[in-house]
Amino acid sequence: MKRFFIATLLLAGGSAHASTPEQRGFQVFRQICSSCHSLNYVTYSDLTGLGVSVPDIKSYASQHQVPDGLDEDGDPKTRPAHPSDHIGSPYPSESMARMANHGGLPPDFSRLALTQEGGPQRIIHILKSYTAPPAGTKLPLGAFYNTAMPHLHIAMPQPLHDGQVKYADGTTATIPQMANDVTAFLNWTARPHLKARHQTGIFVLAYLAGLAVLLGILKRRVWKRLKSPE
Amino acid sequence: MTERSNSLSEWLEARLPVISAFRREYVDFAMPRNLNYLWNFGAFATIALGLLILSGIFLALNYTPTVTEAFASIEMIDRQVSSGWLVRAIHMGGVSMLFASLYVHIGRGLYYGSYKAPRELLWLTGLGLLLLVMTTAFAGYILPWGQMSYWGATVVINALNSLPVIGKPLAAWLLGGEGLGNTALHRIYVLHFVTAFSIVGFVVLHVAALHVAGSNNPTGIEPAKPDDTVPFHPYYTTKDGLGLCLFLMVYAGLIFFAPDILTLADNYAQANPLVTPRDITPEWYFAPFYAILRAVPSKLGGLLLAAGSLGVLFAVPWLDASPVRSARYRPILRIALPILFLAFIALGAAGMHPPTGFWLWISRIAVTYWYLYFLILLPYLPRVEIPKPLPSSLQEPRG
Repeated sequence: MKRFFIATLLLAGGSAHASTPEQRGFQVFRQICSSCHSLNYVTYSDLTGLGVSVPDIKSYASQHQVPDGLDEDGDPKTRPAHPSDHIGSPYPSESMARMANHGGLPPDFSRLALTQEGGPQRIIHILKSYTAPPAGTKLPLGAFYNTAMPHLHIAMPQPLHDGQVKYADGTTATIPQMANDVTAFLNWTARPHLKARHQTGIFVLAYLAGLAVLLGILKRRVWKRLKSPE
Repeated sequence: MTERSNSLSEWLEARLPVISAFRREYVDFAMPRNLNYLWNFGAFATIALGLLILSGIFLALNYTPTVTEAFASIEMIDRQVSSGWLVRAIHMGGVSMLFASLYVHIGRGLYYGSYKAPRELLWLTGLGLLLLVMTTAFAGYILPWGQMSYWGATVVINALNSLPVIGKPLAAWLLGGEGLGNTALHRIYVLHFVTAFSIVGFVVLHVAALHVAGSNNPTGIEPAKPDDTVPFHPYYTTKDGLGLCLFLMVYAGLIFFAPDILTLADNYAQANPLVTPRDITPEWYFAPFYAILRAVPSKLGGLLLAAGSLGVLFAVPWLDASPVRSARYRPILRIALPILFLAFIALGAAGMHPPTGFWLWISRIAVTYWYLYFLILLPYLPRVEIPKPLPSSLQEPRG
């Protein structure tokens, strides 16, 4: 039995190679999106929920520097991030983020799939709707042509290009593929415990359903005493 | 062994007769034998309240009531705290389940005339409970400090501000200064706790009043013969138990499979005083009152109408002039009251939509009917309505 569990654990751990859309999406986030977008409420160790291994999480975290108080001279110090730190923003402050993006603030990714009107489908649609503007189109400064937007332009430059990411599992990184994957990742950040939620729910409902049947029988038996003459 | 436990219970009984009191009130207590499943909703509300308090205590252990930290601490509960997502889901789902139970419970009271003598105080303590639950829910909804928390609170505080004389001091007292800030959030957090535990005290009053007058029943005829009643245990423990199990299944279905319908997505964006959401929508359980608030083009008028719509409920025992309790024997009320329930649902739907055109008129018609029912129909209907003959006993089969 113990061996069975260990084998299952190894299989689950080994799934980093046969990667899921969420894991591929994380790779897209890590290599592309995270250069502008923040994940302010997600910690590095939360990524275990995606099946990312602990050593991978540690090495990912240690590539980032986080503020660490002041040194003896009163100058700000930094240290490599721990797995328990928030992934946070690539910019040191909101004003820096705005300065780097023509005054716009790249939205935080933590709950974007939930708060974005139209949800995940809309995100995929926006990511796939970059085309060359028709001749003679005048775009405002810092805006890019995107047919999904009501005014046909968006402040985000086209983020995805074919073959931009080399997927660990060998999947071809086309724009639609990456858009789907990164949205699966965003859906996970917005609803981090969805799988555990559904699994727990099935057990709870099954238990309650069984209990309801038993209580139904008990109730009928008890109330029968009233109807039959004593 | 038996003797020893006997002597222990006797020792306790002589000093604090809790065992006999429990037996009298919860085991042997005489209940009408003809209660239908609508009588389960009081038990549902109690269980929802218990789960809310329990989950609330665990949430409070991880929550930080400051403007900068509140939103992040909720995110931490949802993401990093072990089983935090489950505790929070129980708390969020519990509010909806509690309100749903209360609304059905009140509707049942209206239909079967459970507010009539000698149960006026039972009715009044119940409505007091509703007000406390509403206050607690309002305060609780501000705590996550999302966009809807902030702007929902702003709407209510603006409405409060519009009250003549007392409005501004009352709002200032609640906020502790200008606008919604750290002081206000801390006060609202304390208010949430204080009112939550006051609810428990009020439930005790409500149940005490119930055990003096006894339960009403679908015929509205008081039990007369001994076999009109059955002991609470095992008859209603099993019936409530079955009902509760089904109630918990709905509750579980909501928190495990439809968590998104319990909350508005906008509340997952941190409160931003500089960005007003396109439309400020309340949680479903406040929607009917929000619709009344916006039904007239006057802030004060809307507030008075909304408060009055609850106020008339308090006066119901004295507004209803008919001696017949149950709507089963009142042919006109039996139609007029379900229309009132429809009006309440229509108000709820209107409260979730922008107050223009169609929805504005729906809310105006519904609120007019609400007042018409309580102020005209209840007092004057008995003059024209001929009640059906009442059965001689609550056991008589429905004709």
